[in-house]
Amino acid sequence: MPQIRLQNLVKRYGHLEVLHGIDLQMAENEFTVLVGPSGCGKSTTLRMIAGLETVSDGEIFFGDQPVSQLEPKDRGLAMVFQDYALYPHMDVAHNISFALRLQKRPKEEIKAKVKEVAEIVGLTDYLQRKPGALSGGQRQRVAMARALAKDSEIFLFDEPLSNLDAKLRGQMRAELAIMRQRVQKNMIYVTHDQIEAMTLADRIVVMSDGYIQQQGSPEELFKHPANKFVAGFLGSPPMNFLDSELIDLDGTLYAVGEGFRIAIPAEKAHALDQSDKAVTLGIRPSDLSYAPDAPPGLGLDLEVIVSEYVGAQSVLLCVCGQASVTVELKSETPIALGETLRFAVRPEGIHLFDRKTGTAL
Amino acid sequence: MRAQTLNRATPYMFMAPAAIIMAIALLYPLGYMIYGSFRDWNPSQSIGESEFVGLKNYITLFFDPAFRESLSVTLTFAFVVVAAEMVLGVGLALLLDRNIRGMSVLRTLFILPMMIAPVVVGLMWRYMYHPTVGTFNTMLKSWGFDGIDWLGQNALLSVIIADVWQWTPFIFILALAALQSLPRSALEAARIDGATAWQQIIHIKLPLMMPVLIVTGLLRLIDAFKVLEVILVMTEGGPGLSTEIVALRISRTATEFRELGVAAAMSNYLLMLLLLLTVAMFAITRLQEARAQRAARQIQED
Repeated sequence: MPQIRLQNLVKRYGHLEVLHGIDLQMAENEFTVLVGPSGCGKSTTLRMIAGLETVSDGEIFFGDQPVSQLEPKDRGLAMVFQDYALYPHMDVAHNISFALRLQKRPKEEIKAKVKEVAEIVGLTDYLQRKPGALSGGQRQRVAMARALAKDSEIFLFDEPLSNLDAKLRGQMRAELAIMRQRVQKNMIYVTHDQIEAMTLADRIVVMSDGYIQQQGSPEELFKHPANKFVAGFLGSPPMNFLDSELIDLDGTLYAVGEGFRIAIPAEKAHALDQSDKAVTLGIRPSDLSYAPDAPPGLGLDLEVIVSEYVGAQSVLLCVCGQASVTVELKSETPIALGETLRFAVRPEGIHLFDRKTGTAL
Repeated sequence: MRAQTLNRATPYMFMAPAAIIMAIALLYPLGYMIYGSFRDWNPSQSIGESEFVGLKNYITLFFDPAFRESLSVTLTFAFVVVAAEMVLGVGLALLLDRNIRGMSVLRTLFILPMMIAPVVVGLMWRYMYHPTVGTFNTMLKSWGFDGIDWLGQNALLSVIIADVWQWTPFIFILALAALQSLPRSALEAARIDGATAWQQIIHIKLPLMMPVLIVTGLLRLIDAFKVLEVILVMTEGGPGLSTEIVALRISRTATEFRELGVAAAMSNYLLMLLLLLTVAMFAITRLQEARAQRAARQIQED
């Protein structure tokens, strides 16, 4: 079944344009995650694909077929909603079979299908219950089962896990990942949670302010963020940003800021346009390691302000000059608040961004 | 200790004024009426002078063809108007539950009839139904049809139309409120599941509105049994007994026939009927609550 393609997709509410020409192509059976902060247009994009919002401009293609004028029911898709959107007056079995009953499928077939999907999501014992008598996690499963029962080629998920508590969310995320292995379909998943995006996606599409910031595999986006927004959005704890100048000292390029001087690896320095001197240095916490004897050009001196104990690791909130920097450290390392520690920077972990535009250099 | 007593008494103190008014304005007359219904009592006597006759008034009424006719007119009237109002009101709500320009003005216009005093409604319709100069017949004649004898041959139908005109907005408002509080996403899910507009109404909207609709219908039914002013002004119960609803008969029995005891007994029959409806209404709400509680218990047991 078809690739889904968005071509210059625009959404306006009156004069307010919230989506500014989205171009996106998803491969067959790909799990695409639209991720971004609230108000970035990700849900609007999904609802336009579903047909719940009209398209102001541009076109949506399923394969070669333009679908933007079709009713939701004629687009052949299934959707899981954030608040589950179950039919409160129907029991679980009827919720799951609603679409099939509308299609007037034979009773035996419907029964078999309900049984099958109920087993997949583990709801067999609850088929006679109404949604009101189910917990959040169970309702979530009913919503999944209902989508699965339709045998659609396209699955849409609108923040399906965000109404669950943290523990259940982790569990459902794992179940989704397993289901994703069994069900080879086109899936588009909207979330604001970058962990969901990283763990589930074949392709991540990072959105902000109605634009696509970057798209690609989770690894690609994590390793080579196109701009400061993507770099800061993906990864936990988030990337540290330090304002600095590029300065050439004895043939080596350094990023120099208040209280630090970091050597830029030769191959990276080579590719840089050196006229651009004001940059933002980006380093992920995972690329900083505690090294008391690291040479000056390869390390940061950080003053520890707060230590958050999270088990084997502690997250340290530190300052370097005016900038705050987050690092991770094995919890058994003896440190004191207010102490200044030296952390070595992994050379491959150095990211540079244009300070004005935020684009990666 | 004192503060605690005071605390416990506070709610009762707040309720006291309402309770006192209820007792004076409702319970006392009600008791008086029940007492009076067992007596042969005419307006020139004080109630103490009247003679106790036991259930005679009730029994007489039960076999009185005029009262039975009146009861059957009332039942017909009530059920027909409520049925028509439900269909029209819910239908309108389903049609107007959308965002179109000018919809708020339209909605306001629709609920205007309900805000007019019943006596005025009666007068308006009496003039519109007038056989020679009324709006309807003038219009019909200008189109070349014969005039209709609205308040004569078709009196019951005519008062039913007037009542439907006045009270459909009540159902409309409540149905619209119910519609707008339906979970939007469930309706969106239905659209994606393949439901046409009509199937959404049948399978999702109406079943979800049902609790509100049942209570609304019962409220309207209770009200329709008590209707008086509009019919009094339009037909005074005539011609013959064709539109003489129970409330009208009660007032005529008391004032024209001067049989206060019989009128009281009649009121009690009506009261029992209304009580039955009210109890049904409460039973339905209680049933819904019980269902919700059972659901909540099931979650906890898991």
